[in-house]
Amino acid sequence: MTENIIEVRDLVKHYPVTRGIVFKKTTGHVKAVDGVSFDLKAGETLGVVGESGCGKSTLARVLMNLERPTSGQVLYKGQDISKLSGGALRRLRRQIQLVMQDPYTSLNPRMTVGDLIGEPFEIHPEVAPRGSRRTKVKELLDLVGLNPEHINRYPHQFSGGQRQRIGIARALALRPEVIVCDEPVSALDVSIQAQVMNLLEKLQAEFGLSYVFIAHDLSVVRHLSDRVAVMYLGKMVEVGTEDEIYERPTHPYTQALLSAVPVPDPTLRDNKAIIRLTGDVPSPISPPSGCRFRTRCWKAQDLCAQEVPLLQIRPGSDHPSACHFAERREIVPAHEVA
Amino acid sequence: MSDILVSEQSAPGADGSGRPSGRLLEVDDLRVEFRTRDGVAKVINGVTYHVDAGETLAVLGESGSGKSVTAQTIMGILDTPPGFVTGGQVRFHGKDMLKMSAEQRRRIRGEGIAMIFQDSLSALNPVFTVGFQIAEQFRVRRGMSRSDAKKRAIEMLDQVKIPNAKGRFSNYPHQFSGGMRQRAMIAMSLALDPEVLIADEPTTALDVTVQAQIMDLLGELQRERQMGMILITHDLGVVADVADRIAVMYAGRIVEEANVYDLYAKPAHPYTLGLLNSIPRLDEKGQELRTIKGLPPNLMNIPSGCPFNPRCPMAQPVCREKLPPLLQIGSGRASACHFAEELVNRD
Ligand SMILES: Nc1ncnc2c1ncn2[C@@H]1O[C@H](COP(=O)(O)OP(=O)(O)O)[C@@H](O)[C@H]1O
Ligand SMILES: Nc1ncnc2c1ncn2[C@@H]1O[C@H](COP(=O)(O)OP(=O)(O)O)[C@@H](O)[C@H]1O
Ligand code: SF4
Ligand code: SF4
Ligand SMILES: [Mg+2]
Ligand SMILES: [Mg+2]
Repeated sequence: MTENIIEVRDLVKHYPVTRGIVFKKTTGHVKAVDGVSFDLKAGETLGVVGESGCGKSTLARVLMNLERPTSGQVLYKGQDISKLSGGALRRLRRQIQLVMQDPYTSLNPRMTVGDLIGEPFEIHPEVAPRGSRRTKVKELLDLVGLNPEHINRYPHQFSGGQRQRIGIARALALRPEVIVCDEPVSALDVSIQAQVMNLLEKLQAEFGLSYVFIAHDLSVVRHLSDRVAVMYLGKMVEVGTEDEIYERPTHPYTQALLSAVPVPDPTLRDNKAIIRLTGDVPSPISPPSGCRFRTRCWKAQDLCAQEVPLLQIRPGSDHPSACHFAERREIVPAHEVA
Repeated sequence: MSDILVSEQSAPGADGSGRPSGRLLEVDDLRVEFRTRDGVAKVINGVTYHVDAGETLAVLGESGSGKSVTAQTIMGILDTPPGFVTGGQVRFHGKDMLKMSAEQRRRIRGEGIAMIFQDSLSALNPVFTVGFQIAEQFRVRRGMSRSDAKKRAIEMLDQVKIPNAKGRFSNYPHQFSGGMRQRAMIAMSLALDPEVLIADEPTTALDVTVQAQIMDLLGELQRERQMGMILITHDLGVVADVADRIAVMYAGRIVEEANVYDLYAKPAHPYTLGLLNSIPRLDEKGQELRTIKGLPPNLMNIPSGCPFNPRCPMAQPVCREKLPPLLQIGSGRASACHFAEELVNRD
C-alpha cells in the first residue's frame, strides 16, 4: 500500500457575500468548496477536472495553506496544516509548491529569472547556502529545459511556454514533495503544451513528486493523471482511476462532460452521441437542494431534490460516484470497442 | 442581397444565369505588416484561401500565426497604423474589397460578411441593452420602425435559443452568462443575414458543455442559411467535428490545405503532422507526447527558406534556401513543403 501524503477531510471553504460600503452586512455565502474529501498518494498524479467556477482554484489555495478552510481539514502526512506554525509551517511550505496558469502575472516583471528562481532560497537558506545559489539556479534552468546562460534575463524576454518553465523551476527550487498545478498548460498552444506536459512527467519520474493536477481540459488530465476527481459546484461528484473515470463513468455530469469533448478525429463525428446539457450552472451562493446537478440532469427524480447523494461506491460500479442512480453508459460508442 | 452588392461588375456566371460566378470570398496572396518602433513584423506573408456558400473552412494555427489579422483585413478593421496591407486581394463575389471605398465596404460589413469574436463582453456595448443593439441594426440598415425592429430582434434572440427572448431583450450584456452572451453576439452578427460568417475562436473562452451548445447552434444556423463560414481556431478537436476544409497557418502563410478527412488521415506538411502528434487524446491514455521542438519564429526575423525549417524533423539543406510555395498535390489538396509527396506517400 502506498502511503497517503495528503488527506483532505470534509473540506469547506465559503466566502461571505457582503452588501453596503460602510456597514458591511453579510447577505450570504459563496459555497466555493463545500464538503470535499480525497487522498493524494505518494508519487501519484491526481487530476481535478470541472468547469469554471466549480471550486478548483479555491481548493488549490486551501491545499497550499494560502487560505484557511471554513471547516474540515487538510492533513499533510497526518498533520493538520491549518494548525501548524513557526518552524513546522515553514517546513510544510517547502514541501508543497504551486504552479499557476498564467506565469506572467505570477512572476515579478522587475526581477531577473535568476532572482525569481533563487527567491525561495532566501526564505529557506538551508536548501542552498548563499555561495551556491547561482549554480543551483543554473541547474534548475537546465532541468526545465531553459538555457542556463539566460539567468540574467527578465520574464518579458521569454515566451509563454518558457515562462511556465520558469514557474516550474521556481516551484522545484526547494525540492518539494507535492506540486499543486492549477491549469499549468491551459494558456499554452498545443505544441508548447505538449512540451510542458512532458517536462512535468519527466520531473515526476526523476524526483518522485506527487501532483495535484487541476485543469478544465479533460484530455490533458487523462494524459497525466493516475486518478481523477470530477467537481461540480463545490462538490466532488466522482473519483476513480483514469480508466474508471474515462472508460466507465457513472455520474451523469461526468458522462455529459466527457461526451462534449471534441475528439480530433473527423471519422468519429457522426457516431458521437453528445449528451446535451441545458441551462447554466446554478449560483454557488444558493445551490440546488439534494443533488446539485439535478437542475441540469436528465435522470433527476424526486429523491434527487430531497437527499444529497454521497460520494460512495454503489452496486454495479467499481468506484465512488455521488449519484443516487449511478450507472454505466456508453458515451462515445466508437471508442467503446466491446 | 444583390441590391447592396456591386455584382453588376462581376463576370456573369458560366451557367448564363447572370449571377456572379465562382467563389464567394477569396483571400489571394495577402500580405500585411506591422510597422512598430521595434521594427517591421511581417505578419501575413501571402495568405490564400477561399470559402464558398454553405461550407465551413477552418483556419487552424497556433497563436501569432496571423489568423485574426487575416480576418481583420477581410472585415476592413485592421489596426492601421501600425498594420499595413502590402499586397494581395480580398475578393467578395469577385470584387477586390481592398480597392473599394469606405462606404462600399461598410455596406458589405454585416450584410455581406459578419464576424463574431472570442470575447463577447468587449464586442457588445455594455451601456446598451442586448436587444437594443440588435434592433439598432434593423433600424439603421433596414430602415425599420422602432417596433418592427424590436420584433425582429426578439426573433433573432429566439433563433439563437435564448430562453425567454422577449424578457431578455431589455437585459444588459453583463446580465448574461458567458454562453448566453456568445449567443447574443451570434444573433447580432446574423441579424442582417450575411453570406459569410467569420467566427474567430468563438468558443475558446467557454466551458466544454457550453462550447458544444454553441458549435451546434453555429452549425445549424449555417446549414439553414447556407452561409460560408470561416472558423478560426487552434482546437484540433473542434475542427474535426465541424470543418469541411482546413487551411493550416504558420508564420503568416498557409502551409497546408485539405479536406478534413485527408488532413487528419494523412497530413501533407510536417507542421500539421507535428500538431496532430502533440495533442493528448481523450480516447487514449497515451505515452509521452511527441512534440514540435522549439518555438514559432520572430516575425521581424523569419528564417530564410522554409519558415518551419528550424523546427522541422524532415528538414534538408534545400529547406534553408528555397521557400516552398503552396502547391497542389492531388485533388483539392495543397502543401507548402518541398517534401510533401514523400510525406503523404510514406506509411
Ligand atoms: N476570494 C473570493 N471571494 C468570493 N468568491 C470567490 C473567491 N474566490 C473564488 N470565489 C468564487 O468561488 C467559486 C469557485 O471559484 P474557483 O475556485 O476560482 O473556481 P475554478 O477554479 O474551478 O474556476 C466561484 O463562484 C468564484 O466566483
Ligand atoms: N495591432 C497590432 N500591432 C502590432 N502587432 C500586431 C497587432 N495585431 C497583431 N499583431 C501581431 O501579428 C501577429 C499575428 O497576430 P494574430 O493574427 O492575432 O495571430 P492569431 O490570431 O493567429 O493568434 C502576432 O505576432 C501579433 O503580435
Ligand atoms: S443524484 Fe439524481 S440529479 Fe443527481 S446526478 Fe444522480 S440522477 Fe442526476
Ligand atoms: S520544406 Fe523542408 S523544412 Fe519546410 S516543412 Fe518541408 S521538409 Fe520541413
Ligand atoms: Mg481556477
Ligand atoms: Mg487570434
